[in-house]
Amino acid sequence: MTSTQNIPSVKAEITKPPSKFAFFTRSAGTLWANWKSRLGLIILACFVFVAIFAPLLAPYSATQDGFERNADASAAHWFGTTAAGEDVLSQLIYGSQISVSVGFIAGILSTIVAIVIGLSWGYIKGFGADVINFIVNLFLVIPGLPLMIVIAAYLQNGGLVMIVAVIVITGWAWGARVLRAQTQTLRSRDFVTAARFSGEPAWRIVFKEILPNMTSIIAGGFFGAATSAILAEAGLEFLGLGDSSIVSWGTILYWAQNSNALLTGQWILLFAPGLCIALLALSLTLINFGVDAISNPRLREGKSR
Amino acid sequence: MFVLRKIGLFLLTLWAAITLNFLLPRLMPGSPTDAAIAKLAQNGPVTDATRAAIEAQLGVPNGNILEQYFSYLHQVLTLNFGVSYTFYPQSVSEMIGQAFPYTVILVGLVTVIAFVVGTLIGVLTAWKRNTWLDALPTLTGSFASTFPYFWTALLLLFFMGYVLHLFPTSGAFGPTASPALTWDFFTNVLYHAALPSLTILITSLGGWIIGMRNAMINTLGDDYVTFAEANGLRGRTVAIRYAARNAILPNLTGFGLALGGVVGGSVLVEQVFGYPGIGFLLFNAVIGQDYPLMQALFLLITVSVLIANFLVDIMYGVLDPRTRR
Repeated sequence: MTSTQNIPSVKAEITKPPSKFAFFTRSAGTLWANWKSRLGLIILACFVFVAIFAPLLAPYSATQDGFERNADASAAHWFGTTAAGEDVLSQLIYGSQISVSVGFIAGILSTIVAIVIGLSWGYIKGFGADVINFIVNLFLVIPGLPLMIVIAAYLQNGGLVMIVAVIVITGWAWGARVLRAQTQTLRSRDFVTAARFSGEPAWRIVFKEILPNMTSIIAGGFFGAATSAILAEAGLEFLGLGDSSIVSWGTILYWAQNSNALLTGQWILLFAPGLCIALLALSLTLINFGVDAISNPRLREGKSR
Repeated sequence: MFVLRKIGLFLLTLWAAITLNFLLPRLMPGSPTDAAIAKLAQNGPVTDATRAAIEAQLGVPNGNILEQYFSYLHQVLTLNFGVSYTFYPQSVSEMIGQAFPYTVILVGLVTVIAFVVGTLIGVLTAWKRNTWLDALPTLTGSFASTFPYFWTALLLLFFMGYVLHLFPTSGAFGPTASPALTWDFFTNVLYHAALPSLTILITSLGGWIIGMRNAMINTLGDDYVTFAEANGLRGRTVAIRYAARNAILPNLTGFGLALGGVVGGSVLVEQVFGYPGIGFLLFNAVIGQDYPLMQALFLLITVSVLIANFLVDIMYGVLDPRTRR
């Protein structure tokens, strides 16, 4: 009789790789723990909410005119009306759509350009790197807004697509430089050497091995790029270099200045659009305080000296 | 050796910027002639003869691209940028010569003030980290740095100029003053520059505060600062003689780059205040489709910022011997 030993079934401890979402929830937790970035996230969420539900929130259509012109604030028009007899509050609400989307789209596009150039630049050595170095430094030094103004002047009436393109052309260099510096420090790490010896192609090493280690820097670059994109878009619209028929915060101020709102004393018309631009840009800057603290532990809220 | 290499790099960058300014209009669809013809075409069909006449009038360069390039280089070297379309018959160089001093005074003065004040506040915020002396300047500074230049300008103009009548509402000097090297004219110019300068100062101060705070926090973590503290040196001595002195170098590199942003901002500010500097001229050139003036202005702005960056680079090498290697 052979006794069959009851072998206790070994509970296989399968170590699951951490879910991809774990990283995001942890990062979001770090951001939420920092009161500055928490405030920024809340403000940003408000603007995104208003932009998405603009048709429901706005009391009138943005281009509906025929109201009393240059009216002061009243129950029917909380922020008054423009010189063309449009409701200022409705224009503000619809204007958020332009700023939020331009900020996100131009921010994402210039971040992508910065990633591709910055990482390849950091990984390669030799003459090619010197050439890229030269080009990036040139783009860093050339003043952005004058360059945008000149390009916008050549591309007559290009509208939003033109503005986004101009912002991306002039805005990628800073991110590329930061990412390059980080790539250079990671390039000599053991895991990169191991990947190289195992025969991975260069593009795979750069984008699969090195890239995931720079998420917080990329996020910081994105928020920075989006902030400057929002400010640049408003600046170009204010100068009348975009499509002045669309309703955005920049064009509201453009029409306000051109219809002498300074003389009619409509301070809300001047105050509100700029405050919205500043608050939206501030929310992204505040979020970046938290992102900075993730990438540079010395900036974390430590004890005071 | 360090200086020679820097000069070489500077000349190369200068050449690249000048070439970019040459290529930019040629890479763009359309041309000044097309724009002028599009205006004319609204009144009826445009003949080839009219087109040729417009090209001759605008001085559209002919020859192949290499010939154009060399005649352009010759123009740049002799500072001959042709005649302005909108301010005909004044030459482009003349227009720029009139506007340039105002912008230099405005931007130069404000940048230096912003750097000095911002750096000092930055030292304070880093030293008093996580107290209200840190939170207040950091938050107001970063909030103010998100203000669009034109918005701050409009608000200041509205409240200080139109409502309170404290400051003039446009121009670089009053109607009764005439440009001369007198004390009266000088104070008049400063009075007119006050609101534009304040606008730029409000927006640019925050960047210096944050930059200096971050650099300073990094140096405060270094061993020699801890050692200085352990030696029982006074707090102020440690902050200024040890930490701030080393933190100011990284902040200085931002100087050249920040200048580009301030110059861009001054375009918007000058437009709001009708301040007759380079930015206002650029705005008028763009609105009037005055391509020769616009191109020359862009070149001037780029070259000025390049020179400023070059000077900062050289100064950096003098202050920090490590970078000379």
